[in-house]
Amino acid sequence: MNKLDLFSDHHLVRQSLAAVIEIAEAFKLEKGRMPVLMEVCGSHTMAFARSGIKQRLMDHVKLIAGPGCPVCVTDQKSIDAMIQLADEPDTILCTFGDMMRVPGSASTLMKAKTEGKDIRVVYSPLESVKIAQQHPDKEVIFLGIGFETTIPILALAIREAEKMELHNFTIWMTTKLVEPVLRELLDAGEVKVDGFLLPGHVSVVLGKTSYDFLMKEYQVPGVISGFEPVQLLTGMYKLIDLLHNQKVDILNDYTHVVKEHGNAVARELLHTYFEFGDEAWRGMNVIPKSGLVLKDQYARFDAKKKFNVAVKEPRKVKCRCGEIIRGLINPEECVLFNKGCTPVHPIGPCMVSSEGTCAAHYQYMREE
Amino acid sequence: MAQRISMAHGEGGELTHELIKNVFMKYFHNQTHARLDAAILPWNSNEIVMTTDSYVVKPIFFPGGDIGKLAITGTVNDLAVSGAKPVAITAGFIIEEGFSIRDLKEIVKSMALEAEHAGVQIIAGDTKVVERGSADGVFINTTGIGQLFEQRLEPDAITEGDTVIISGPVGEHGVAIMSARKELGLITDMTSDCASLHHFIEEVVTNVKGVRVMRDPTRGGLATTLVELCEDFRFDLELEESWIPVPDAVHGACDILGFDPLYLANEGKVVFIVEAEQAKKMMEVIKSHPLGASAQVIGRVKSCDNASGKLYLKTPIGTTRRLFRLSGMLLPRIC
Repeated sequence: MNKLDLFSDHHLVRQSLAAVIEIAEAFKLEKGRMPVLMEVCGSHTMAFARSGIKQRLMDHVKLIAGPGCPVCVTDQKSIDAMIQLADEPDTILCTFGDMMRVPGSASTLMKAKTEGKDIRVVYSPLESVKIAQQHPDKEVIFLGIGFETTIPILALAIREAEKMELHNFTIWMTTKLVEPVLRELLDAGEVKVDGFLLPGHVSVVLGKTSYDFLMKEYQVPGVISGFEPVQLLTGMYKLIDLLHNQKVDILNDYTHVVKEHGNAVARELLHTYFEFGDEAWRGMNVIPKSGLVLKDQYARFDAKKKFNVAVKEPRKVKCRCGEIIRGLINPEECVLFNKGCTPVHPIGPCMVSSEGTCAAHYQYMREE
Repeated sequence: MAQRISMAHGEGGELTHELIKNVFMKYFHNQTHARLDAAILPWNSNEIVMTTDSYVVKPIFFPGGDIGKLAITGTVNDLAVSGAKPVAITAGFIIEEGFSIRDLKEIVKSMALEAEHAGVQIIAGDTKVVERGSADGVFINTTGIGQLFEQRLEPDAITEGDTVIISGPVGEHGVAIMSARKELGLITDMTSDCASLHHFIEEVVTNVKGVRVMRDPTRGGLATTLVELCEDFRFDLELEESWIPVPDAVHGACDILGFDPLYLANEGKVVFIVEAEQAKKMMEVIKSHPLGASAQVIGRVKSCDNASGKLYLKTPIGTTRRLFRLSGMLLPRIC
């Protein structure tokens, strides 16, 4: 049996599940309520829904989806601005596929493309650098969305554009960082969380020690977890075990890929090209220093400085993605869910993104 | 002969004739039928089966096949899973100005080879050339005609307990196409399962009774295909997730890209729903054929009376969730 099979082996899954239920029941007996855990990462949200773990544990553990989907946390005004960028003359707009159907106030990138705008889905920002090299007469703009997992690749793209001495390549930076948003959630106190299941992919870059602030400043425990069913369950078990034993710690349950201090090369890349910047988050307004922006010496690669896009304040809609991101409601509590809002006709980004909470509930947890 | 397709190749004049003579007729070897605009078939049976499909796959060449092979196997398989032996195929080409004739020859050769393997004749065709930018290289439409096997399918006899069998692992074509695009950064040697299935299917249906219905889970994958069957024939079906064969490379690619293997396209697989009593024998026959060597039982018909036509998936942890048609996931165009 290889490692991958081991992580989804159904005997192991059932054993791990029984162990989680046992420890969660012990917690319930002591506290008189279920443990409340937040999975920060959108991929975890998808994996919990798809594997059936969330449904199976519904009476034992309260799992809340956190703000870890990069598309979902993007502010409406930023989305409008990105769609508006397509109107710039002689421009090729490059984006990850997830953004194409995300609804702006008046349009989507998909609609703009069918209307004749040159918008291309790429799988890596490096591909958009190549497009810029092939089209020196066009401005190529990459829509830079993502958390710490994606940002090093944006830095690599800038490095390539720099090497090639390109003057027609820019990135529209709307990146997000995990630590500031977790602080924001904890400081706001709207959602009560006993512990965090921490994102495996982001932790590859950041390392385990980057979450020490949760333990030291907020006295909240966390466990870094992988994405296969057994990994999800062992991570959850370790977290509830900490809670049950009243220990506050940060544990790494994804040790084969996450190291104590993360990936030094990736972090070095981030610090070379970027510095902290204030970012607007959907449903949370602006969080100071919650994103990375290009340093002044790389301003020529900064689409926000090169293109002057003025966007109106978005109109209010009934979409409750903002509250879903903050862990305040489940998708089913939104009046639009599976009625006015479906993956084919989405109203908010949580229904479109492949890491979105609404998409996870729609795809894997709805009955009708 | 010109090295590239020009608009003139589609005008019906000399260059069109040259293209037909030097490319299509050269490899399709069908002088008699090609003389007329339509093929006249000496047909006595009144049970003719006909299907058509268009192929716009990108990239045109991929590990395990190309658009030409796919255009033949796709149509052959559509006939075969409908319970028919393919007899003849027509081929329509829409070619973009500037397309390489060398590539076109490769595609046409590949079609001819696959048609020969499948024992089906390519009997008529059409060529249109469109301006650069109006198409993406080459698009192919194939229409197939077939004759029903003696052993008939029994979709209306589907009953509770009937067994669902898949002829092999799922998702190979989808992952092969995605990795062939290179842009995903996937490092996998996965080849497409693209294959003509009718000899295999004919062997199965003639050797085992009780085949209720068959489908090839192409676009939309296994899940979408079975949802459609459930709705079309009004039965509920339950799959066992841990029984569905998913290769490691497919599993890994899906993890990276956020896709679900049950929704990835297959081009050389068939799903059988078979009478429960015949399932064991059916598996023996399927597994004895190279195209079915990795076949698995993956589920059963849960109910038929008053069924609402739903597909369920039992997860390894014992929960059951409903599967729906592919919806809202941004899959690259793969078939």
